[in-house]
Amino acid sequence: MTYQPSGLQLERVAYKRSRALRSVLIAAASTVVLGTGLVVAVTGSPGWQKVKETFLDLDTARSALPAVLDGLVLNLWLLLFCAAGALALGLLVAVVKTLRGAVFFPVRALATLYTYGFRGMPLIIVLYVLCYGVPGLRFEWTPPVVVLGGFAIVITYAAYIAEVFRAGIESVHPSQRAAARSLGLTYWQTMRHIVLPQAVRRVGPALLNDLVALQKDVGLVSIAGVIDAVRAAQIEVATSYNFTPYIVAGLIFVLLAIPLIAVTDWVTLRAARRQSAGGTS
Amino acid sequence: MPRARLALAVGSAALLALAGCGTAADKKSDTKPDAFGCTADKLPTLAKGKLTIGTDNPVYGPWFVDNKPESGQGFESAVAYAVADKLGYPKDSVVWTRVTFNAAIAPGPKAYDFDINEFSITEDRRKAVDFSTGYYDVKQTVIALKSSKIAGAKSIADLKGANLGAQVGTTSYKAITDVIKPTDKPGVYNNNDDAKAALANGTLDGLVVDLPTAFYMTGAEIKDSLIVGQLPPLPGVQQEQFGLVLDKGSKLTSCVSQAVDQLRSNGKLAELAKQWLAGADGARELS
Repeated sequence: MTYQPSGLQLERVAYKRSRALRSVLIAAASTVVLGTGLVVAVTGSPGWQKVKETFLDLDTARSALPAVLDGLVLNLWLLLFCAAGALALGLLVAVVKTLRGAVFFPVRALATLYTYGFRGMPLIIVLYVLCYGVPGLRFEWTPPVVVLGGFAIVITYAAYIAEVFRAGIESVHPSQRAAARSLGLTYWQTMRHIVLPQAVRRVGPALLNDLVALQKDVGLVSIAGVIDAVRAAQIEVATSYNFTPYIVAGLIFVLLAIPLIAVTDWVTLRAARRQSAGGTS
Repeated sequence: MPRARLALAVGSAALLALAGCGTAADKKSDTKPDAFGCTADKLPTLAKGKLTIGTDNPVYGPWFVDNKPESGQGFESAVAYAVADKLGYPKDSVVWTRVTFNAAIAPGPKAYDFDINEFSITEDRRKAVDFSTGYYDVKQTVIALKSSKIAGAKSIADLKGANLGAQVGTTSYKAITDVIKPTDKPGVYNNNDDAKAALANGTLDGLVVDLPTAFYMTGAEIKDSLIVGQLPPLPGVQQEQFGLVLDKGSKLTSCVSQAVDQLRSNGKLAELAKQWLAGADGARELS
């Protein structure tokens, strides 16, 4: 005998369906009302025509695009080198900070001072000091300002990343270290094979977050005189007094960030599933 | 203050003298504001009876003195007060407001009646803002440290291999990319203070600024520096000029332009330029 839902059950199902339909309709209606309201408010405003010409002019966008893309190349190179540099330096500082033993006090103190100092110091000040101060020393050879700027970004971001790594390292349960040591692994072997692999995996999402932020901050080297994507847009804006190039640069940055953000979300989700669901994947 | 007032008084005396012996046209323009229908009581300024003049913060010499536009000292401060006077606003009816570059050119209500801050008039920019007629004919100039490799440059060709820089968004920057066309990418700086620092610390071989700024920087601001030479105007431009910026379609534009025209034809602009800006003497023309 097949299952025959009772009249009451049928009623319940129908009721549920009607409620679901109702909430979909309400959601759709409120979205439409809000959207239309916004569009009408913006496009109907007295200054809309002017704003449209100033911020959304296709011809200006087209003519600014090559210069902005040219500047973007610098952003990408800087992102690559600064991300690698900041990760390496950050990891080093984190490991130094977690060293045990009285003899390591000076380096631990130094590392702590560094993370305190450079997380507090605005990046733009570090850039000024390095990009304008170092050439002023007039050494026999001074690296180009873009390298100095990259260095400023690395030491600033490494301070944040060091703290992220440190949190990861400290989140590994002490019993793991104890087990490793009792198996005869040295301190460094424990660090390399037991602690760091777990620590890095746990802080992956936070690191990717920093990477997304870094992607936007590398452009600050433009204060040293080099032309990144935003600076290129600024030059175009000043030529035409039209702000569309900024929108162009902004959209390009968003397009660049989307894959990175998607990867971040995916990694976070995967980690959460693995850690909380008890190995179902 | 007293000195500025004296300068104004001298200016007015010169005006009167001119009116006395000028042609009919001069006379007409010198019968004070109402001759061209632009009087303080009729002008639709932001604040009734006041003229609000915008400029950036900070502002630099020789255009302003000590970052105080309200002092009447410095070329642009003096020009602003002269224009205000022409429109019938005495000194105490002038209100200064500080407007950053982006805010000055952005769409939307402006915080000023006109803005004076070395804005070069170009056709592209005219699409976004109104300009008065030009109040100063400007030339772009290369300056360098005496120790720089381009200190003795005699032609534009001598500058091609140099590291040059300019402030972002200026026609000085355009002069590098469109007139000099150096082999290396030019340096672009947020402001002339950064650019000066880059010149002084050796990052740049040469800096491009307008001629009065060049005299000011080499004379008062950067030790052991010199003017390498003046550059020809940008391609397709007869003569670069600074103009007052007004909101696009401002009702004041024609009045302000007429005031500037009168100050030009009666010699006031030349007089102020002589008072506040060094002449072009001794600045070699590069070609």
